Amino acid sequence: MEKLQLPPIDYRALAPMLILFGVACVGVLLEALLPRRARHTVQLSLALLACVAAFIMVIRERGTRTITIGTAVAVDGPTLFLQGAILVLGVVSLLLIGERTVEPGGAFVAEAALTVGSQKDLRQTTGAAGGTEVYPLVLFALGGMLMFVSANDLLTMFVALEVFSLPLYLLCALARRRRLLSQEAALKYFLLGSYASAFFLFGVALLYGYANGVHFNQIHAAIANPARSQVLLYGGLALLAIGLLFKAALAPFHVWTPDVYQGAPTPVTALMAACTKVAAFGALLRVLYVGFEGVRWDFQPILGTIAVLTMLVGAVLAVTQTDIKRLLAYSSIANAGYLLVGVLALNEAGVSSTLFYLVAYGFSVLAAFAIVTLVRDADGEATHLSRWAGLGRRSPLFAGVFTFILLAFAGIPLTSGFTSKFAVFGAAVEGGQTWLVIFGVITSMLIAFPYLRVVVMMWLSEPGDSTPAVSIPGFLTSAALTIGVIATLALGVLPAPLLDLSDKAADFVR
Amino acid sequence: MTDSGFPFLSVLTLAPLVGAVVVACIPRSKPKLAKIVALVWSLAVLGLSIAMWVAFQVGGARFQFRESYPWIPTWDARFTLAADGIALVMLLLIAVLVPVVILASWHDVDETQRSASTYFALLLAFEFTMIGVFAAADVFLFYVFFEVMLIPMYFIIGSFGGARRQYAAVKFFLYSLVGGLFMLAAVIGLWVLGGKTFDFAELTRAAADIDTNTARWLFLGFFIAFAIKAPFFPFHTWLPDAGGAAPVGAAALLVGVMDKVGTFGILRYCLPLFPEASRWFAPAALVLAVIGIIYAALLAVGQNDLKRLVSYTSIAHFGFIGMGIFAFTTQAGTGSVLYMVNHGLATGLLFLVVGMFIARRGSAQVSDFGGAGKLLPVLAGIMFFAGLASLALPGTAPFVSEFLVLIGTFTVHPAYAVIATAGIILAAAYVLWMIQRTTQGDLNPALAELPEMRRDITLREKVVVAPLVLLLLLLGFYPKPVTDVINPAVQATMQDVGTTDPAPTAVANGKVAP
Repeated sequence: MEKLQLPPIDYRALAPMLILFGVACVGVLLEALLPRRARHTVQLSLALLACVAAFIMVIRERGTRTITIGTAVAVDGPTLFLQGAILVLGVVSLLLIGERTVEPGGAFVAEAALTVGSQKDLRQTTGAAGGTEVYPLVLFALGGMLMFVSANDLLTMFVALEVFSLPLYLLCALARRRRLLSQEAALKYFLLGSYASAFFLFGVALLYGYANGVHFNQIHAAIANPARSQVLLYGGLALLAIGLLFKAALAPFHVWTPDVYQGAPTPVTALMAACTKVAAFGALLRVLYVGFEGVRWDFQPILGTIAVLTMLVGAVLAVTQTDIKRLLAYSSIANAGYLLVGVLALNEAGVSSTLFYLVAYGFSVLAAFAIVTLVRDADGEATHLSRWAGLGRRSPLFAGVFTFILLAFAGIPLTSGFTSKFAVFGAAVEGGQTWLVIFGVITSMLIAFPYLRVVVMMWLSEPGDSTPAVSIPGFLTSAALTIGVIATLALGVLPAPLLDLSDKAADFVR
Repeated sequence: MTDSGFPFLSVLTLAPLVGAVVVACIPRSKPKLAKIVALVWSLAVLGLSIAMWVAFQVGGARFQFRESYPWIPTWDARFTLAADGIALVMLLLIAVLVPVVILASWHDVDETQRSASTYFALLLAFEFTMIGVFAAADVFLFYVFFEVMLIPMYFIIGSFGGARRQYAAVKFFLYSLVGGLFMLAAVIGLWVLGGKTFDFAELTRAAADIDTNTARWLFLGFFIAFAIKAPFFPFHTWLPDAGGAAPVGAAALLVGVMDKVGTFGILRYCLPLFPEASRWFAPAALVLAVIGIIYAALLAVGQNDLKRLVSYTSIAHFGFIGMGIFAFTTQAGTGSVLYMVNHGLATGLLFLVVGMFIARRGSAQVSDFGGAGKLLPVLAGIMFFAGLASLALPGTAPFVSEFLVLIGTFTVHPAYAVIATAGIILAAAYVLWMIQRTTQGDLNPALAELPEMRRDITLREKVVVAPLVLLLLLLGFYPKPVTDVINPAVQATMQDVGTTDPAPTAVANGKVAP
């Protein structure tokens, strides 16, 4: 019998993932061992430390370009950049998740399964300390995302997809307020996510049949050979794409986004909007640029149509929203469309501009949701837009910050939103995709309107009796908000360092 | 690095920004301090711009005071500032108007619940973006300022404006943003096709190699943005709303300076970058300009709201400016640039005087006045002067520019010039009719009951109008200092377009293109 040969493993290159998964497991143990009082502080510090440690490893490995653990994981420029981005944005999201002073007990409940409205549930909704298992869950999710962007074969990618999706499904159900909405969101996300995973897996099966393997290299080699079955190739790619487009919230696979964004606890929404987007587009980049580069001219028009559709859906439906979280959800759909424009440039500038966009957007969206957690009244967050009327009079500082973030979403210069839009549009024109840029410009005009409507609400309307006050943010939320706003400003005024970094990181290994 | 001893332009650009931050930090409870700081700061900016005017070498290099610092090397976008004669006069215009407007707005915020420090900080922030737009010599930097200038004006209109301010502010923002995004598409296209640089000189060279069809599209992208900003017919509908809703001082800046960004952009970017496309588009632009002259003047005649009326008159005047630019003669071009300056002074003055009337009456409706001259003889006299300047009576500055535009256009396109002349007659109609209905005739009894209507021009208001009246008279009789500065820049621009003047011209000191 042949002796089983283990592949050599480059542990240093894998260290960021290993740290996160390891600490997540420790966190699960601590849940059982620590007294309840100590858990929150210990778990939060541990999670933050794990992210920082993983980030330091990413920086130390910045020159690494390798494929390791067989051919399962590729560590190259985009991987390291995306992992760094996920970790930094993850730290900021953790700050929001750890906040407990704005809402007594935090934004999460300890036990999501209690019947809504029962005595026990009411008790835990009003004031009882929330559960701390969110921290290991978040670490598992972040670890899965790191793996997702570095996966070099479709099976690893599928495993990573599940590893980061399942904790997110759970996190969605843990909102302290509006429990039914939260549970509905979790169920919806779980069901649709499972369908998407099933499509993905089916696609992997077809592609295995096509290429006799699931490594991107094998697929790349198989595409070069015209004798193979085109039906399997295109069928497989299409099904695979459905799974990825779902995670990236691209039309027509975006329908879960507004409901889930609205129902999930706002810090989790922030995590999904910032980190999941990075992971999803990171994987999309690798699949399209490394695995399927040979058929780029075949998928380009189809994905281009999807990009146009996504931008239109996001921009047009954002106009009709009356809930700030849903508005931000549609805005994130539109932004996914712009990101896809960058991806479809299909050149090196396309990769680097997409990387830049992901980071810039992540910081802005985190700041936006941080503000949403602060605008509240006795019933929790006041997310209905009419309640924001006159906020500028009540709390000029926060209304000013939110206005700035909205201007960034609208792509006004001197904000990161403009720089990133310029980068992806520039790359797309360079890649000969002028038509995508034209649609991008048109939808930018459309989506400016809903943003402006919120600004008008906040500044130009008189405050009503129902206008809530803005809570004084705790230290953690202040920190998250400050980081988000400073990054949005800095990447708008002086984007050169990050642009350089993303330029240098735009090399895939095959 | 700079090639003049002192970094004039960067200091001039950043000074109002610093001032805006300083004023914004003054606590709400001290409105008086905020006003004084804002006024002193804007006077310092004016002093600096006068020093720059003195340092400008007439007949020297086309772009002077050039400064260039690295900004985003990945895209080759640089923080480059430089001024040619056209930019210089616009910079001086804004530097003159801002202190005047600050003084004129002295009591505007007092009755409202709004914070004076915010209002005056926004005025200075607006000055910052305006100076940036005129001083930028890097296409990316220009675009950045072009978009950012919307924000202070949006908040000025939206937070401090009149009854329909929300509607007007949003309309203003969306119109301008739409134009800006057309330009963004064109800027990106130009950047990719022009060899990935934003340097104006290099782009001008590279743009010559872009194929005709693409260049025309890029030209249109720029042109639409500028036409909306200017505003040219049929992109003008935001201006009466914005001008009608904005506080009077801000409206004077909006129409007096901000609109000129449109015509300035056409002169600085559309013509040199896309000469062929400019010539191709010129007939259409001329038609639009002439329609604008007649159509806006007709609408102005029918207006009952004083601020809207003045806004419409300025749309008509922009028709003249546009016609002068697209006639492609040095004479008409010089006339257009001179008109940009004079229109800023004349319409600015008219807006401010009308504002003084409105403040006293508490209404902007023409029908609410009547015989006001009996109560306010001096103010009515100044309004009459402002009206005459606006309709370009000989002896006032706009006459010189309108005359230059018309004869400059007549030499190449006599038909357009003749039709445009009808605009002058209409101008007389709307100005004189407005003055007659407000200040002449029988005294409206409602006016006599208002105590404010018995208070003729105050010392502060005299200080506000005096510099503008003096400048209008001075430039009306002796425009040479301004034309000397403008003329070489316009000649250079016209050479970029590749047109030669039909006959030697004797403008100003008679420097004729070879």
